Amino acid sequence: MISIQAANKYFHRGSVNEVHSIRDLSMNVEQGDFITIIGSNGAGKSTFLSCLAGTHALDSGSITMGGTDVTRWPEYKRARFIGRVFQDPLMGTCGSGSIAQNMALAQKRGQRRGLTRGVKTSDREFFRQRLRPLGLGLENRLQDRAGLLSGGQRQALTMVMATLVRPELLLLDEHTAALDPKTAAQILDLTRSIVAEHGLTTLMVTHNMHQALSLGNRLVMMHRGRIIFDVRGQDKAGLTVEALLDKFQSQADAEVSDRMLLG
Amino acid sequence: MTLYAFLGALEQGFLYGIMALGVYLTFRILDFPDLTVDGSLPLGAAVGAVTITSGHSPYLGLLLATGAGFLAGAATAILNTKLKILHLLASILTMISLYSINIRIMNGPNVALLGTPSVLTDLESLGPPLYQITPVFFFLVAALVTGVLIWFLHTQYGQAMLATGDNRQMITSLGVNTDNVIIFGVGLSNALVAFSGALIAQNQGAADVNMGVGTIVAGLASVILGETVFGKATIARACVAVIVGSILYRTAIALALGTRLGGFAFTPSDLNLITAFLVIAALTAPMLKRRFSR
Repeated sequence: MISIQAANKYFHRGSVNEVHSIRDLSMNVEQGDFITIIGSNGAGKSTFLSCLAGTHALDSGSITMGGTDVTRWPEYKRARFIGRVFQDPLMGTCGSGSIAQNMALAQKRGQRRGLTRGVKTSDREFFRQRLRPLGLGLENRLQDRAGLLSGGQRQALTMVMATLVRPELLLLDEHTAALDPKTAAQILDLTRSIVAEHGLTTLMVTHNMHQALSLGNRLVMMHRGRIIFDVRGQDKAGLTVEALLDKFQSQADAEVSDRMLLG
Repeated sequence: MTLYAFLGALEQGFLYGIMALGVYLTFRILDFPDLTVDGSLPLGAAVGAVTITSGHSPYLGLLLATGAGFLAGAATAILNTKLKILHLLASILTMISLYSINIRIMNGPNVALLGTPSVLTDLESLGPPLYQITPVFFFLVAALVTGVLIWFLHTQYGQAMLATGDNRQMITSLGVNTDNVIIFGVGLSNALVAFSGALIAQNQGAADVNMGVGTIVAGLASVILGETVFGKATIARACVAVIVGSILYRTAIALALGTRLGGFAFTPSDLNLITAFLVIAALTAPMLKRRFSR
């Protein structure tokens, strides 16, 4: 289980540009939860994921993963628990390295790296076996540089790399946003099957309401650094895009009336 | 060009090639422009020379020089990663500090190594004249260093170093502390440069505080010349290309110094200008080739 308690994150704290990005956010993520996170721009979705990954340190609050307090752990140390796929397909792989080299790097996630050979001959069959289900023919291109692959292929490779060593938590930050609709659908199918196959605890940020509704067992809506809506199971399954938009709208209205009162 | 001059250029090419491998490691692998080398080359020379003049083995001198170079590089990388000083500025700060430190080490601006033992002393008993043996010997040393570097870059740690220079966010999210990799990498780079400096001092019979001026430019010229002429398709090829580039660079300089046009001749002080033109030529050659092949 992953537990986030009273988390706060500021940017440019104390300056005129101060942004209170995450506000008193608390949340428990159960083992095996597949949570989709939606919200308008600036709601703090990506910041929330970055805080979990350790890219940004929290200003206050705590994060525990599997009973371990990781609040003060740097990003590289938390990596032993976390698999990550970024929005930018170029971000998750090393363009100058071969597919095999990239996978070998991912295979050592969270472990010591020593002076033994980077890509062992015995690993190649394992890499092929994990690439075959993608149906992209990458299993025959282990020596090709990752930089030669298309955006969709690189994102598929990143998905495989992020889950090559089973992560306690899989973070997907709008990982289909930069892809064309057809490729995005393929990556989404891949996401569904990999998460289901390994029973991975997953947090997925998306701007696409259909995606948010069709994937996962739990949906979280964020607004201005807070969670304003959190549904799971049957309640989520019954949700429609209209219902979500209504929820969004009512939040916006509430804010307008707040501002009027304060004004 | 005489055979004697050519063998001299080869010898220099291998010696300075080891330094250029260090420059390749920071400039190309880690994407960390590092000017520390202008200080760590004379640092290696100074430490190596003082070890010999205080009565110790020249081999111990090489070892201590290498260690000192590593510390100098690590200092630059720590300034950058831990104290968040821009890499270029961090390396300049270490470089100017080393000027003072090198004078302290030598207790003066230079140390002469006349009549003292060097790694070449043992070679004299082999028979052939020294000017013929030394290029062979330095070839073997450069080949060994190149081989070890190629091996290292294919290990798990070496691969993490390549990834650190290419995509820092990616390798961090795979659990690598990139600060440590950069500190070790820049340290290793300067260890190579200092090792090269110690060998150069033993070869030319003196260590001088000013012998490092222009090291980074010579290193970059070798790396770029090598890539342009020999290619960089694989890590192994790119590493060998550095040594090839270094030999080309030293040969070009020897040729330039031997050129007489009527009353005009190049002097050693023209070397910087020649180097600049060589680098410009190497950088623009691929572009010109494309333009003329159309």
